[in-house]
Amino acid sequence: MAHQISIRIDGKLVKVSAGSSILDAALAAGKDIPALCHMKGLSAVGACRLCVVELAGVGRLLPACTTPAADGMSVTTVSQKLTKYRRMILEMLFAERNHVCSVCVSNNHCELQALAARLGVTNVRFAYSYPKLSADTSHPRFVLDHNRCILCTRCVRVCAELEGAHVWDVMSRGTGSRLVCDMNQPWGASKGCTSCGKCVQACPTGALAEKGWCVEEMAKQPARVSRLAVIRGGGQ
Amino acid sequence: MAKKITIPHVSRIEGHAKITIHLDDSGEVAGTQLHVTQVRGFEKFIEGRPFYEMPSITARICGICPISHLLASVKACDDIMAVRIPETAACLRELLHCAQIVQSHALSFFHLSSPDLLLGMDSDPAARNVIGVLEKHPQLAKDGIALRKFGQQTIERLAGERVHPSWTVPGGVNAPLDTGTRDLILSDLPIAKSIVRRTLKFFKGAIDGFQDEIANFGNFPTLYAALTGPNGELRLYDGRLRFQDPEGNTVAEVVDPLEYQHYIAEATLKFSYLKAPYYIPAGYPQGAYRVGPLARLNVCGRCLTPEAGAELAEYKQRFGPVAHSAFLYHYARLVEALYCVERMEQLLEDPKITGKHVRAQAGVNALEAVGIMEAPRGTLIHHYKVDEQGAMRWANLIIATGHNNLAMNRSVEQVARHYVRGDTIPEGMLNRVSAVVRAYDPCLSCSTHAMGQPELDVLLLDPAGELLDRRRT
Ligand code: SF4
Ligand code: FES
Repeated sequence: MAHQISIRIDGKLVKVSAGSSILDAALAAGKDIPALCHMKGLSAVGACRLCVVELAGVGRLLPACTTPAADGMSVTTVSQKLTKYRRMILEMLFAERNHVCSVCVSNNHCELQALAARLGVTNVRFAYSYPKLSADTSHPRFVLDHNRCILCTRCVRVCAELEGAHVWDVMSRGTGSRLVCDMNQPWGASKGCTSCGKCVQACPTGALAEKGWCVEEMAKQPARVSRLAVIRGGGQ
Repeated sequence: MAKKITIPHVSRIEGHAKITIHLDDSGEVAGTQLHVTQVRGFEKFIEGRPFYEMPSITARICGICPISHLLASVKACDDIMAVRIPETAACLRELLHCAQIVQSHALSFFHLSSPDLLLGMDSDPAARNVIGVLEKHPQLAKDGIALRKFGQQTIERLAGERVHPSWTVPGGVNAPLDTGTRDLILSDLPIAKSIVRRTLKFFKGAIDGFQDEIANFGNFPTLYAALTGPNGELRLYDGRLRFQDPEGNTVAEVVDPLEYQHYIAEATLKFSYLKAPYYIPAGYPQGAYRVGPLARLNVCGRCLTPEAGAELAEYKQRFGPVAHSAFLYHYARLVEALYCVERMEQLLEDPKITGKHVRAQAGVNALEAVGIMEAPRGTLIHHYKVDEQGAMRWANLIIATGHNNLAMNRSVEQVARHYVRGDTIPEGMLNRVSAVVRAYDPCLSCSTHAMGQPELDVLLLDPAGELLDRRRT
């Protein structure tokens, strides 16, 4: 059995095995820290920053999913300051692309939307950037709509780590970053894609969807993909 | 000196309109222009979207009749998939459509137009609204509210949401109707039916007081277009698109929706964002045709429900086989509301309606498709082109108010000629111009795919273009 360490989460003492992340420890303590890019069973990348927490004695906020728990740490997962930053992160995600919930296949089944509701995001204070983005409809069964992608890279990791195909990647930098298929090919032209659909099920928004479903019809099953990933032992 | 009058806002319509009236040197009306002043450009921003998103996107064109856009859109999508949708699904869609027409006609008649009809065109504008009606004719106002509610509630019961439901999908609908909901709707039907009956009776009693309006409200011969069944029966959800000349002869019939393009072209007007469709064989502008309730009752000789059938026969007896006055849109709307309520009953009593097979699945099997249906305000056409992968390449939407554009312009001119004398806009004229526009129940937000406050702006101009008078509603 792995070496046990003790940490305090919101004042409560928890014992976890060494090597666990703060997010794992918090989960063990029954805390539900908001998270978007994290998916149990896949490697952690710290892409969305929603899981930020306060660490006693550390001046800046740290992502719970990529920060290892250390013996004696004291972590705060709920505070006004954290809510303020988490809201801001969500608002920036909304402002960055064209998230039009009312016509989205995943309306009412979207993790981004649900988190915004949970954290009380009632409006977006930043100017929308309205980028002109395309939808890749070239795959016979699936669609990628860049307008709805939040670059969480769950699809990238599930494809590489669980399916072993590594079809997806992210190209460019900053606001120009885009999810790409193979070396920036249309999805339908990909030789590597096995059409397993795991990326679609893992995607938290309507960015990846099955073809033919209309507004509100695309409910995903990320938990099943995650369970499979845990069983196969990929990542942490 | 020749002059120009502008009516800056037409009130109690959906959207924004401005009217200018040009006077000639002798002070007579030389011409009028109805300007629709906003544009939204739905056709442009759908490029590249998967075709099956079109129903939910185009439903956003309008908050008053989103169901019409949904249905025209899913019909076009059915054809892109090249499927024949399950019979139950077709019945359910028609049922939803009937409920939509009932609520929309109730809104047009009771809420928007009844103040003019009941309180008089020249009554105090401050009280000439639905509240004024409530004070003077409480029963009628209550009926209006109840009838609209019936339509809205039926939509909600069927589709789960009132304004933008996601129930109608390419290939059918996404959930069957359970018997409990069917029985709920059936139990509310008799009240709705008696309201429409009562209102028709009232309207027929009052119509003799409107001889002047009947004679001068857009009363001129035009072509008419409407969907109809194979034997000329009234049809609202599907059918063939028939064009009729002013004498009542069928001049063309479109059986394959794609063929509409051989008969309808759209002229662009310099003074309005609203395009002006015309009937190609007759050319522009002679090819002006009208759509909507008046046109449907002109084009369809009969109606397959008993009470509305009798009402239609009486209507034709009163006004002849082809009625040209736009004032009769109101009458026609009531006959149609009765038809819809009866038709809903027929559909609900058919055991098919609770069938479980309600959706056909398919990919892209045709690259171009057209969906045509009769929206409350008239024929609605959605025309799509997609690539092999189902991404939208091009779309054209022709909306009821668009078809009526040329006729509305002429109607405004007719009223202006009748009522405008000298260089000011008489209050009565303003009301009548607004009322004639309202008779068409135009949805300008739909037709230019524009948003805005429902208002009218009228400007009176001399031949040099100098502003003489201006009034807003
Ligand atoms: S497509 Fe979905 S899963 Fe992939 S990066 Fe974008 S939001 Fe994440
Ligand atoms: S869940 Fe930790 S950064 Fe996204």
